[in-house]
Amino acid sequence: MTMAQTAGAARTFPQGEPIIQCQGVHKWYGEFHVLKNIDLSVAKGERIVICGPSGSGKSTMIRCLNRLEEHQKGSIIVDGIELTGNLKNIELVRREVGMVFQHFNLFPHLTVLENCTLAPIWVRKKPKAEAEEMAMRYLKRVRIAEQAHKYPGQLSGGQQQRVAIARSLCMSPKVMLFDEPTSALDPEMVKEVLDVMIGLAEDGMTMLCVTHEMGFAKSVADRVIFMDRGEIVEQNTPNEFFNHPQSDRTKLFLSQILNH
Amino acid sequence: MTDNVHTGNIHTGSIPDERPPSNTVGPVAWLRNNLFNTWYNALLTILIAWLLFKAIPPLLDWLIFSANSFGTPPQVCRQEGGACWTFVSEKLRFVMFGTFPYDEQWRPLVTIVIIIALVLASCDRRFWKPWLALVWIAGLTAVGVLMWGGVLGLTYVENTLWGGLPLTLMLSVVGLSVAFPASVLLALGRRSQLPAIRVISVTYIELIRGVPLISLLFMASVMFPLFLPTGVNFDKLLRAQIAFIMFAAAYMAEAIRGGLQAIPKGQYEAADALGLNYWQAMGKIILPQALAISIPPLVNTFISFFKDTSLVIIIGLYDLLGTAKAALSDPAWRGFYREAYLFIGVIYWVFCYSMSKYSQKLERDLRRGHRR
Repeated sequence: MTMAQTAGAARTFPQGEPIIQCQGVHKWYGEFHVLKNIDLSVAKGERIVICGPSGSGKSTMIRCLNRLEEHQKGSIIVDGIELTGNLKNIELVRREVGMVFQHFNLFPHLTVLENCTLAPIWVRKKPKAEAEEMAMRYLKRVRIAEQAHKYPGQLSGGQQQRVAIARSLCMSPKVMLFDEPTSALDPEMVKEVLDVMIGLAEDGMTMLCVTHEMGFAKSVADRVIFMDRGEIVEQNTPNEFFNHPQSDRTKLFLSQILNH
Repeated sequence: MTDNVHTGNIHTGSIPDERPPSNTVGPVAWLRNNLFNTWYNALLTILIAWLLFKAIPPLLDWLIFSANSFGTPPQVCRQEGGACWTFVSEKLRFVMFGTFPYDEQWRPLVTIVIIIALVLASCDRRFWKPWLALVWIAGLTAVGVLMWGGVLGLTYVENTLWGGLPLTLMLSVVGLSVAFPASVLLALGRRSQLPAIRVISVTYIELIRGVPLISLLFMASVMFPLFLPTGVNFDKLLRAQIAFIMFAAAYMAEAIRGGLQAIPKGQYEAADALGLNYWQAMGKIILPQALAISIPPLVNTFISFFKDTSLVIIIGLYDLLGTAKAALSDPAWRGFYREAYLFIGVIYWVFCYSMSKYSQKLERDLRRGHRR
């Protein structure tokens, strides 16, 4: 073993107060074992990129964190609340955890502004004027304020994804989950979405991103997690992860995505 | 035309616009494209033209040219042939209001006006606010007061005397407006995560949908009283109304379920991920989209139930069709069934066609803007 590898392997995460703690999490789809003994602790303000081949369970894992998927074994504690069948607790966690989807999932029957104000008004019980003011602030931040009164169907993919990010931010979440946010975009629109995400990271948002954008991982992540066949195979700082991968599976994966 | 049309690969746009060839525009081209484009279409066109030529003149002759105008006595009508519109003018009030006391028939007339006004007001999307429900309650209370009477100096009129258009409108409008929310709950229940609610909804829908409406009406009028303790008497009209509501709710629930199934899973997930609870997610995200998709099958059900109210005749209630039939049983006017059925057919058609037209407009309005 080289020095670098030892140093990388020995490094422990996280370094701050944890906001998400998963211990021994398992999940099955019928007979299929999707998540195997996941231990993951995320500190406040940490920026994590999760990568791995398709079908490795990375989306399933982050979807367990706001219980869009149910885990069958182990414990997940988010913001001090354990995720169980308790609906009230699930709703409490979900208001603190924003999620951005691969296919945006904006509400097509509402305008961009209404998409952003709906949850603050109904879940956070904010007055309409206040919710709108905040929505406009976030829409400005994702540089799409001038489209506020359009419907999602009238926007490009990149614009829709930026609205989806603003919609999540309007709930003032403590954690943001990104589930392949740029995978459904035309190549020329990837950058505008990544720029918004980089801005968020710079502002200290706790983020977990499932993405294949390795450039993004290198420039903003505090930690890169590599998953394969339902397991966390390796996790490290981007520098160590890309320059000194430990396991053969990681090396193979990196060679496949970086050499083309 | 000129040599400099193309400069390299750059089109300079100097070809002047020309008119299309004369055989591709104008009435002759239209005829050729639409009526005579193939030999069998040409044949069909000729056949249909011949049928129309055979059918329309006699029809117009009966309807208008040889028709006997209002006031011609029935005996004369019978000799003359041609439509006898006296039947309509003579029997108008009976067909419209049934056996409601003659001097009090302004009351069902006002009822008709109130119900139509309520429906028209509800058609405007700007009025889709919570207070509309209050307007409906007030309107229907007014209708009840007018029809029953017994207060405010109005004489009491038993509901066995009600009939004609107000009865048709009340059965369908009250029936559909109660059945609609019930059907939404049933449709949601059928897709519920809770097994008990799902089983109840499925059982209800399949049970009610599996029997003919006519048998449900019979059951409501004949069998239901058998289960009640003696002395307790449930109003016949109310029983028919409940049977209608139960039946319509089951049918509409299936129309709405179709819409619910068309909503992508991502919409549910996005609503959940934002922390909306079940009713918020359904009320704000899922139902507005699902109902918009369900408009064509829903309106189909609305139209068919509006007409199916005429089945109440089998349990002795006289709706519009019933009063028309009753009018025909008057010995002096026996045999003028064409005039009678044509007249009420036109009334039914006006209502159903308005529903259809409105639904098309609503679909256009709701689709505007939010195309995926």
